[in-house]
Order: sequence, then structure tokens, then C-alpha cells
Amino acid sequence: MLKNHPTLAHIIGRAGRYFVTFLVALTVNFLLPRLGERNPVDTIMAKVSEGLDASSARAKEEAYLKEFSLVELDTSGHVLRNAQGKPVRTSLGQQFINYLGMSLRGDLGSSILQHPKRVSEIIKAALPWTIALQLPTIVFGWLVGNGLGALAAYRRGVFDRLMYPLALLASSIPAFCFGMLLVYVFGIRLEWFPAVGGYDDGVRPELSVAFFQSASYYYVLPFLSVFLIVVGGQAIGMRSMCIYELNTDYVRYAKLLGIQERKILLYMFRNAMLPQLTGLALALGTMVGGALITEMIFSYPGLGMAVLTAIQGNDYPLISGCTLLVTSCVLLANFSVDVLVGFLDPRVRAARQTGK
Amino acid sequence: MQLLKNLLKSPWFMLGTGLFLFTVLIALLGPLFVKVDASTRAGLAYMPPSGAHWLGTDHMGLDMTSMLVAGLRSSLYVGFLAGSIATSLGTLIGLYGGYKGGLIDDVLNAGTNLFLVIPSLIVLILLSASIENGRSLTLIALIIGCTTWTWSARAVRAQAASLRNRDHVALARINGYGTLGIVFVHIMPYLLSYLFMVFILQMAAGILSEASLSMLGLGPYDSVSLGKILNEAKINEALTDGAWWAFAPAMVLITTVVFSLYIINTSLEGVFNPRLRK
Repeated sequence: MLKNHPTLAHIIGRAGRYFVTFLVALTVNFLLPRLGERNPVDTIMAKVSEGLDASSARAKEEAYLKEFSLVELDTSGHVLRNAQGKPVRTSLGQQFINYLGMSLRGDLGSSILQHPKRVSEIIKAALPWTIALQLPTIVFGWLVGNGLGALAAYRRGVFDRLMYPLALLASSIPAFCFGMLLVYVFGIRLEWFPAVGGYDDGVRPELSVAFFQSASYYYVLPFLSVFLIVVGGQAIGMRSMCIYELNTDYVRYAKLLGIQERKILLYMFRNAMLPQLTGLALALGTMVGGALITEMIFSYPGLGMAVLTAIQGNDYPLISGCTLLVTSCVLLANFSVDVLVGFLDPRVRAARQTGK
Repeated sequence: MQLLKNLLKSPWFMLGTGLFLFTVLIALLGPLFVKVDASTRAGLAYMPPSGAHWLGTDHMGLDMTSMLVAGLRSSLYVGFLAGSIATSLGTLIGLYGGYKGGLIDDVLNAGTNLFLVIPSLIVLILLSASIENGRSLTLIALIIGCTTWTWSARAVRAQAASLRNRDHVALARINGYGTLGIVFVHIMPYLLSYLFMVFILQMAAGILSEASLSMLGLGPYDSVSLGKILNEAKINEALTDGAWWAFAPAMVLITTVVFSLYIINTSLEGVFNPRLRK
């Protein structure tokens, strides 16, 4: 049946591949935090057991052990204990199965630092900020960067000589350096924009004009710091792609025919865009990582900030919840780009239709 | 030789190499000129630059010049180590898979692609967060090298696959060379310039990764690094106190190192790939 629907088959094939990647990411996310000797419960207990008597400390420990499903339970729901009175540990394999089940249900456990709060709640509050900052920045930066790169390759001359070093510089300034610089110059020295945070203390995050005004004012600096770096990186890539395209026969022929410059640029852009799109998929992980760190510099209330506070407080469930979510988002974005390339690239399309 | 001549003619290459060598010289010879002591308090907190402390002091009253030289040394060390590991791992996997083809290549390639899309910073965060004690500079470099090899494997694989069917490779195969012999003697030499470019980019990536980790508070416990200086400046309010000397020089240094590596890379690309030349 799928033979008659090559596009569908392509999408399903990609989806399968990304699902496997997602499972590997889940495994990595599960295993890495458990590499160390300590388990999260010991960490919490070290913090909360102070000033508690033995029996209530024990009760608390049991509650935590159950919550993180680290121990075997007997039929009545109590923690199973061995002869020495130590709780019987669930095997790593069983823990993994529990973890898989919980993650696929969207249950990421509860945070240690902000204890009764669920990790999923914290993430739900942070995610819109991260998406609002990163999605427009990356899409917009990609478009502008590619436009500039194509123009520089086509015009060469002064424009190129000016743009190229600037783009190189912009792409080699680490995201956090650039962010700190913006905070210092425009936030603290000139006081043009607020230096840290996502909105004024006076307003609440809700759907109101006052909130949006305040939030967009705070948006400027973090946006700029990520945007310029993305533009720089993309412009450099596009420039060399276009210089390559310029030497191809079709561009020379079009020039000989006297076709309008703008039209030639458009043809070139279309051809050079595809590798750039694939490049975007590859660079996405790095870009998102850089943007997460930018959030920390600006104390922007998104996932990056959540990761930072989680790391500072050894909040394992929150760290791995955030990392899992970021990974999933990157995978999803990659998948979309992959499918998009499949639709846009005539070579991929042709390969599909001839059944290769 | 002709290649070298072309390189020396490229102003970008000269600028990049010059800048990079300059930072290496600071790192190597710095201790001869300034007394590098990044652990003794030399004055009050956030003293502005003066004759005694060329670049002022940090929040602990440590001499910034000392800190910068020590930080630059660690950052270059991490970059070199992480870059070497990532390049060799990627080269091995890419060359072997690209030459062998078939099932082994499919498996290696699938594995590479798998880890390519999982953001390496995330893996770095998870790993570093689970290693509580003993997060030394060398260990961090090792971890970075082991997480960033993926794209070099992919790039090298494509190059190796294109060389697989060359005549001299077929001849070597007929003459009974083993796989490793062919890969190292008959394929790798063709890719040396390419591998060198990969190494340079991986080095820049290693330096940036370490700085990013340090910004998160997951930096090395045993040494100063440029990222750690920036992190300390950020959390100790150097920005709001207007103590620019506590972060600006570190920013300039790290950007100079990365920038110089990037322009070396693009200028090499221009020389190795004549199409990019005017």
C-alpha cells in the first residue's frame, strides 16, 4: 500500500528513525544521572533529615524512595526491607522500565528543591518563554543570515568585505559573552533596556496588554544576543554556498541571457538554501544550547534558568526533566526540517518516485 | 610547498595564525613576565586596574592578570585535548565506516546520526552533573571530546566513501593490504588537510563547550578557566558593580582564540578549495 504513497512512506521512515533516536535519548537521560554513586533520595535526605527524629526521617525516606520508584514494594504498598532493615533496591532494569513508563506518560516526578511541585508543572511554566525566545530568533536569524550571505556572495566588493569579517566575528563570540556584554552596556551602563528578568515585578504573566508591553521590553536584549549570532553563522555558510553556485553553468548562462539580477539571486537562493536547511537541522542542537545559556545570563524565566537553578541545587529530577524536554524539542524540530527537505529537494523527491 | 606558499599569501590565514600564536605565547610565556598566582589574595575586592595590578582584582581580591594567564592556559589545554580526542574518534569511525561500507558502515553511520541530533551540551550537563567530586579539567576535556566527535565522523565518512573506489585503493586491496593498512596508508593521507580543518573546528568547539559548562557552574574544581572567570564575575555582581575588568578581558581572550581558529579554518578552506577563491 505504501508503495503508492512515496511521500507518506518517506515521512513514516523518518518518524521511525527519530523514534529510535528518542528512545536512545531517553536511555541516555536515564543512565547518565545514575552513573554517580549517589541516588537522588540520599541527596534530599541529607537536606531534609536535619532536626528530624529517627522514625519520621525513616517515614520520609520511605515516601521519597517510593516516589522515585527506587525500591521494591510488598503487596500492601510498604517498602520491602531485607534482614538488616535496609530497603530492597529495585534493579536498574526495573527502574528503567518504570522510568520509561513514567516519561511516556509525561510524568517526570517531582522537584527536590521546590518539593511537592511536579517537574512537569515547573517545565510547563518555563517552556513558553523558551519557545517564544528561541523559535522566532532561529527562524528569523536563519532567513536574514541567508539573505545577507547570498547578497554578499553575489555583490562581493565593499559589502562583502565589510559583512564577512563582521559575520565571522559575530559567529565566534560565544553566546554568553555577547549576552553579558549586552547586559553590561545596554542594561546597566546606558539603562536603555532592563538587564535581567522576563517582565516587570508589578505585572503578572497573563493575557493582558500591560504584561505584553512589559514582556516585549524585556525581550529585546535576549533576542538580539541570540539573533546576531545566528545571523552571523548562517551568513557565512550561505556565502560560501552561493560562491559555489555562482560558478555553475546555469548562473553563467542566466547572466549571459541578461536575466534580471534579482531573478538570478532567487534561483541561486533556492539551490543554495537546501544544504543550508540541512545545516540548520544539524546546528539546531548547538543553537539551542547557546540560547539556554543566554537565558541564564538574562535570568530569563525559561528552561535555561530552570536548568541553572536545578544544577545549583542538585535537583536531579528537574535537571533530567529539562534535558529530556530540550532533547525532545530538538528532535521534533529536526524531524520537521527533515520532512520539509524531503518536500523541497527535487533530488530527494525524484529518488522517492523512482523507488530508490 | 605550493600550498604553503598560497597559505602565506592569504591575509586571513596570516591574521588568524598570528592571533592564535599570540594567545599561545601569552599562555606559555605569561608566567615569565607576570607572577602567576591565582590563589593568593593580592588586594581588596574589585580594585580597578593600576600599576600593581594591571587588570585590577576580582571579587576575592585575586590579581586578574594572573587569573587570565592561568585561565587561558586551561582553556587552550581543554581545547587541544578535547579537539584531539574528538578528531581522532571521528576520524577512526568515519574512515573505517566510509571505507568498509556495507553493514558495518550502516551501523556506524546510524549510531553517528543518532548521537548527532541529541544536543551535546545536554549530554555534557547530565554527565557533569552526575560527577560530583573530581570534576577535573582533564576529565572535562575527555567528556567534551567523547560527546562532540559525531559531526567529524560524519564529515570524514563522506570523504572516505568518495575515495573508496579510487584505483590506487583497489590496487592496494589486490596486493593484500589489510583494512587498517589501506585506511591509514592509502586513504588518510588524502584527507590530511581536511582532518586538520576538522581538528581546528573541534578545538574551538572544545573551548566553547568548557566555557559553557563553566557558565553553568559545572566547571573544573582544580583550575581557573576563562569560562570560570566569567561565571564568577557574573554571579558576584561584577556587571552591576561596573567592574568591567573582571569580565571584559576574559571575553576578549576567549573571543580572540575562537575567532582566530575560525578564520584559520575558513582561510584553509579557501586555499584547499580553489572554487572559493576569486
